[in-house]
Amino acid sequence: MFGKLSLSAVPYHNPITMGAVVGSILLAVLILALITYFRKWTSLWKEWLTSLDHKRIGIMYIVLALVMLLRGFSDAIMMRAQQALAAGMSHGYLPPDHFNQIFSAHGTIMIIFVAMPFLVGLMNIVIPPQIGARDVAFPFLNSVSLWLTAAGALLVMVSLGVGEFSKAGWSGYAPLTELQYSPGTGVDYWIWALQIAGVGSLMTSINFLVTILKMRAPGMTLMRMPIFVWTALATTLLMLLSFPVLTAALALVTLDRYLGMHFFSNTLGGNMMMYANLFWMWGHPEVYIVILPAFGVFSEVVATFSGKRLFGYTSMVYATAAIMILSFAVWVHHFFTMGAGPDVNTFFGITTMIIAVPTGVKIFNWLFTMYQGRIRFTTPMYWTLGFITTFAVGGMTGVLLAAPAADYVLHNSLFLIAHFHNMLIPGALFGYFAGYSYWFPKAIGFPLNEKWGKRAFWCWLIGFYLAFMPLYVLGFMGMPRRMAHYANTAWQPYLIIAAGGAAVILVGILCQIVQLIVSIRERHETRDLTGDPWNGRTLEWAMSSPPAVYNFVKTPVVHDIDAFTDMKEKGIAYQKPDRYHDIHMPRNTGAGFVNGVLAFVFGFAMIWYIWWLAILCALGMLAGVVARASDDDTDYIVPAAEVERIENCRHMELASVAMNRPAGGRATQNILPQE
Amino acid sequence: MTADTSTIDAVAAGEFEHPDPIANQAFGFWLYIMSDLVLFAAIFATYAVLAHNYAGGPTGKDLFYLPYAFGETMLLLFSSTTYGLAMLATHKAKRGVAMTWLTVTFLLGLGFVSMEIHEFHHLILNGNGPERSGFLSAFFTLVGTHGTHVAFGLIWMAVMMGQLITKGLTPPVQSRLIRLGIFWHFLDIVWVGVFTVVYLMGVM
Repeated sequence: MFGKLSLSAVPYHNPITMGAVVGSILLAVLILALITYFRKWTSLWKEWLTSLDHKRIGIMYIVLALVMLLRGFSDAIMMRAQQALAAGMSHGYLPPDHFNQIFSAHGTIMIIFVAMPFLVGLMNIVIPPQIGARDVAFPFLNSVSLWLTAAGALLVMVSLGVGEFSKAGWSGYAPLTELQYSPGTGVDYWIWALQIAGVGSLMTSINFLVTILKMRAPGMTLMRMPIFVWTALATTLLMLLSFPVLTAALALVTLDRYLGMHFFSNTLGGNMMMYANLFWMWGHPEVYIVILPAFGVFSEVVATFSGKRLFGYTSMVYATAAIMILSFAVWVHHFFTMGAGPDVNTFFGITTMIIAVPTGVKIFNWLFTMYQGRIRFTTPMYWTLGFITTFAVGGMTGVLLAAPAADYVLHNSLFLIAHFHNMLIPGALFGYFAGYSYWFPKAIGFPLNEKWGKRAFWCWLIGFYLAFMPLYVLGFMGMPRRMAHYANTAWQPYLIIAAGGAAVILVGILCQIVQLIVSIRERHETRDLTGDPWNGRTLEWAMSSPPAVYNFVKTPVVHDIDAFTDMKEKGIAYQKPDRYHDIHMPRNTGAGFVNGVLAFVFGFAMIWYIWWLAILCALGMLAGVVARASDDDTDYIVPAAEVERIENCRHMELASVAMNRPAGGRATQNILPQE
Repeated sequence: MTADTSTIDAVAAGEFEHPDPIANQAFGFWLYIMSDLVLFAAIFATYAVLAHNYAGGPTGKDLFYLPYAFGETMLLLFSSTTYGLAMLATHKAKRGVAMTWLTVTFLLGLGFVSMEIHEFHHLILNGNGPERSGFLSAFFTLVGTHGTHVAFGLIWMAVMMGQLITKGLTPPVQSRLIRLGIFWHFLDIVWVGVFTVVYLMGVM
């Protein structure tokens, strides 16, 4: 009836896990109680969970990313604490079994359930308005993607309290993931969480590729697209072409585990090395999937806050394309030590080094954009500057590792850990944080508090250096990654410094939480009435903040790369239309949410071998698809009168800003509405 | 003149208000086909790596009977032709003819899937199931992935025949039929690869 599932699956004996479980459950109960107390269930369901509005879906993606960031960071700080303690005679506070689960969960969560939803959330909020579109190409598919991602994230969370998570690392190398070596449910949680979220990512990529290629406003040629759109285009192409390989690799592991096949086993003709190839054929493009959109954010931020057009737009586009293509030709550098031979290793070493060239082009473009600009040092700009300096260091250590001979010494040492955190924290996470504070007023309607934002930045930056620079040293001292305990006490001082760095980052995260609370409390004073708080250059700033459900009352016509700046200079940025029309928009539906719930239960049932439930859920999802595919009436109409009412409110707000313009007020520079 | 306009009247200009949904859906579906092709490529590559890992078990020469696989091939190739005939009928708005050809396509596809299930059943009964060797794991997975795709195509086709009856040849139904056609012909092409790489090269 319940497959392998029984009450013994709950880890009662482990006080640390149970603490996390009870904490998570209490937090969930508290949130549910608050929703009930404020009677928000109806609006939560009607306006959020069932929403097909790309802006709301984007916000939900980012909420998911931030919640999972807290979880992933808890894992990080536990690992740092363990390694700071577990030297010589001491064995720390975590048993190896638990430590292995933590580092596996940390990697899986940070890549799949923080970076991916964060970048997809930003794309959702920003891409349609930047290209002058009403919505994405397939709004319903968008909702399905969101809830599949959430279902995967929930599976990882459930593994805390029911069973265990994988102990085989986030990359799940064979044959450790084979049933023989990992008989528990951990690897199955890892498989199904990744698989379900991966399908969501694939759908997202199709959705945004069609949106970007088919739904741009008239006049917006490819070479007039904002750089963020370009990087999103490259990212979604990478997703489209790499995620199927992950799907295949995971499916083969699944077949090995569930049906006793021999793909990656070390008996009866399996080939373990093939797994490493398949995994990194997805895994390396994945690095660029998460980094390229952040490059796009930095480009937007640098241009806006330098008050200048981005330097070298064309070279930026070609650099992005070059990185995109090269990212498919470097995967073997993750396992030079596998012994593919000098020819193969040399090829992949060289392609890896070549990637530094287009990336360098980008760095110089950002620097030259700032050169002679009138720079405003806002929080997004802080993240950008922190990124440029820190990322350059990470890039150089990457070129070091790209030399196969050096890699043989440094492979799987803490040098590698320091290197990829040095790429992903500034390169991806700082970019998302920059985008978070840059577009927050657009999506929500009021800006984030600058003071707390800068405090958070400094904690993150200093904490980052403290946490990861010692790991470079430890790599040279020969310390391997993923050690629950080590005998060499000479390593300990560095690990204590690293743990201190993690603590400083924790303060940074606390600052971000305070920032959110403070910003919400002062929202009435700081409301963004203009829709253009930063004197922005691209079309999303032409809308109100938060935008009307239909984004643009009239489709804008684009004449320039910086379309909105162009409109402001010509004095045609805030024209009222002569008349209003009905607008067709997709109607909300709960089908996407229900599909996510079914996917979650399906995954859970597969993990615990509850076959009848898995079949039932699969049939339910299939029935949902058929029902949706038979429904030809999925739109509703925003009547012209309602559009007129919304637009009149917007123009009254603009007029009120023009009347009360404070001298030199940040929020109102250059935004005089033009009648 | 146009250089001075900042916006266009969305409704008057039609296409910007409603970017052609049928064209967008077809384009999106092509992108899905691309990604599915990558999935098949990964499994083909895996098969190529494991194709000779018999682990002391039977080889392709021992197991494959070419006339049988050729029969499967013929069923699938002819089903592509009949699907094309069904599409021609929809262009001429002949619902009855389209229904007939879709039924023929469905039966041919069903025949293909049945033959494949029979082949699998036979292999497993004789102790040559997917757990026997790396080669057989890869064989069952590659051929089975294609077969699963065909099976889903059949479910889709059944749904479309239902829609043809209840809704008629409306633009959304036609759009779905176009996409099912892309899917069906795509599976044909993949099968040509399977037939060549697995069966022909297997008995060589």
